[in-house]
Amino acid sequence: MAARKSSTEMFVRTVIARAYPRVIGQHRELSWVFFDIFLPLMATCAYVFVYKAIRAPEEYIGFVIMGGAMTAFWLNVLWSMSSQLYWEKETGNLGLYVMAPNSLMAILLGMALGGMIATCMRALVIVVLGSWWFGVTYAIGDFIQLFATFMLTMTALYGLGMLFASLFLMFGREAWHMSNLLQEPVYLASGFYFPIRSFNFWIAASASIIPLTLGLDAMRQLLFASGAKFGFLSVRVEIAVLVVLCVVFIGAAKYSLDYMERLAIREGRITDTRK
Amino acid sequence: MTDSLAIKTESLGRIYKIRGGKKTKETPKELIALADVNLKVECGELFGLLGPNGAGKTTLIKILVTLLAPTSGLAQVGGHDVIKSPHLIRPLINMVSGGESSGYGLLTVRENLWLFAQFYGLDNKTSQERITELLGVVGMLDRANTKSSDLSTGLRQKMNIVRGFVTDPEILFLDEPTLGLDVGAAREVRRFVRRWVAERERPRSGKTVLLTTHYMVEADELCDRVAIIDKGRVLACDTPANLKRRLQREAIFHMQVSPMNNGALSGFGTLPGVRKFTHEAHDGSSTLELILEADDVLSSVVAKLTQHNARILNLQKREPTLEDVFVDLVGRGLSEEGGGE
Repeated sequence: MAARKSSTEMFVRTVIARAYPRVIGQHRELSWVFFDIFLPLMATCAYVFVYKAIRAPEEYIGFVIMGGAMTAFWLNVLWSMSSQLYWEKETGNLGLYVMAPNSLMAILLGMALGGMIATCMRALVIVVLGSWWFGVTYAIGDFIQLFATFMLTMTALYGLGMLFASLFLMFGREAWHMSNLLQEPVYLASGFYFPIRSFNFWIAASASIIPLTLGLDAMRQLLFASGAKFGFLSVRVEIAVLVVLCVVFIGAAKYSLDYMERLAIREGRITDTRK
Repeated sequence: MTDSLAIKTESLGRIYKIRGGKKTKETPKELIALADVNLKVECGELFGLLGPNGAGKTTLIKILVTLLAPTSGLAQVGGHDVIKSPHLIRPLINMVSGGESSGYGLLTVRENLWLFAQFYGLDNKTSQERITELLGVVGMLDRANTKSSDLSTGLRQKMNIVRGFVTDPEILFLDEPTLGLDVGAAREVRRFVRRWVAERERPRSGKTVLLTTHYMVEADELCDRVAIIDKGRVLACDTPANLKRRLQREAIFHMQVSPMNNGALSGFGTLPGVRKFTHEAHDGSSTLELILEADDVLSSVVAKLTQHNARILNLQKREPTLEDVFVDLVGRGLSEEGGGE
């Protein structure tokens, strides 16, 4: 077995291999252009026109465009991370993943990485098109902080996705309903189309458990000249909370995945949803 | 591997709890999938599990490949316990199931195979070389760059078979690998499995295959030893030749007679000297399979047929097959026969 590598290299190979179908799929299945760009753009446009009609502050147009772009990540986490292991079970891949000499964590990380890369492209298209159509101007003060905020938001968000995926490992078709149930409330709670400062402090603080809430708020503060005026907390505090969320979600996902895998093997749920 | 046994089970059992609907408060029903299974498979052996659908073959394989926990007993693969040390077993094994639809339809055959090889840590060069070699063996080299969603069922199964072999496992589990394949493709797969094991026996490197099937021909043609399993229990375990030798003293007859009703046929099983009797109705005839204690018992069978005004259209005495062994042990034939052949 000279060709076999160390467990670290095997882990990395698994992550890259599982990310591959997500990235390559983008080039081979172009329906995402309609579903992941055109449809979110329409929803974004609707909010822009509402804000224009009520003569809301000009910054709100930019806020909505950023919210529309980040929606793509939430949808990706819900439909391509959380419920993914259910679909993998249906196609027979899950058994092969569990049986392989690697941890399911590597598979989930691969899904997350591939999903993140593919969705970045979609989000970027929404930002570019939306900004161009509605003449949004940006004033980036601290690019490093902006980049750090984005990466921390993504890490915490996909960590949450991995945690959901491990919980959904035991589910059958309920996983689909659960994803449906979680989709819309997060649009509201995370302030995709308005600054969460509009909520009272405790509601906004509760909503901050979803990484997109503080991530989006901090990015808006860093992207627009008067963004700080609409911010919920200071950027530094929001970055600190995002670091905590990263650690908590990824740690919880690892623990939960190990536990759920053992439980699923005991109950015979890895390959069969009925027993 | 720590000893010469690739697989060992002791008093292995698995009970499924079947839950009712969410609104029913009944206690879950129990389904015994495996009971008191004791098996020893040597390294380098091609071992068959033969039994009808629902016999417990797949449950046993799932336990051995660490996807399902047993509810009682012990199971070891490569000398390691499936519950305590699954991480030590997984690098040694791979599995192919009949009719599986694993992989991603958007990826090509080569990409899908590369993806699964990566999970086992194979480097790119080695995995690409093996993929090319194995696709050549199963005659799919020209389909290497076809999206797997565009493959027929047979080609998809061949891709799955390559997936199982590409990691060059020490112990390979083949769960009904020829299910759904046409006669030619099934024969090719069997030839390939036999060749893979034979090549690795020089020098003997201990490659082991555990094959489950409900196709008698497959078990007879491929396996060094066969365990016959029904309703979760192993009824016999030996070489195909030894299993058939059990029936060598009996006389086995295949008889085609003019149509008879079930009532008339039911009396044959109780005739003195008739050990086993099965029948099947066709258009314009009935087929009888008889295992008799001696040739001369045939006269009483013929007398009974005459009594029911049945004409004998065809009569053959034949050598025992694994099907006969199965009928002798279980008391009925396999519900599906010879799908791969």
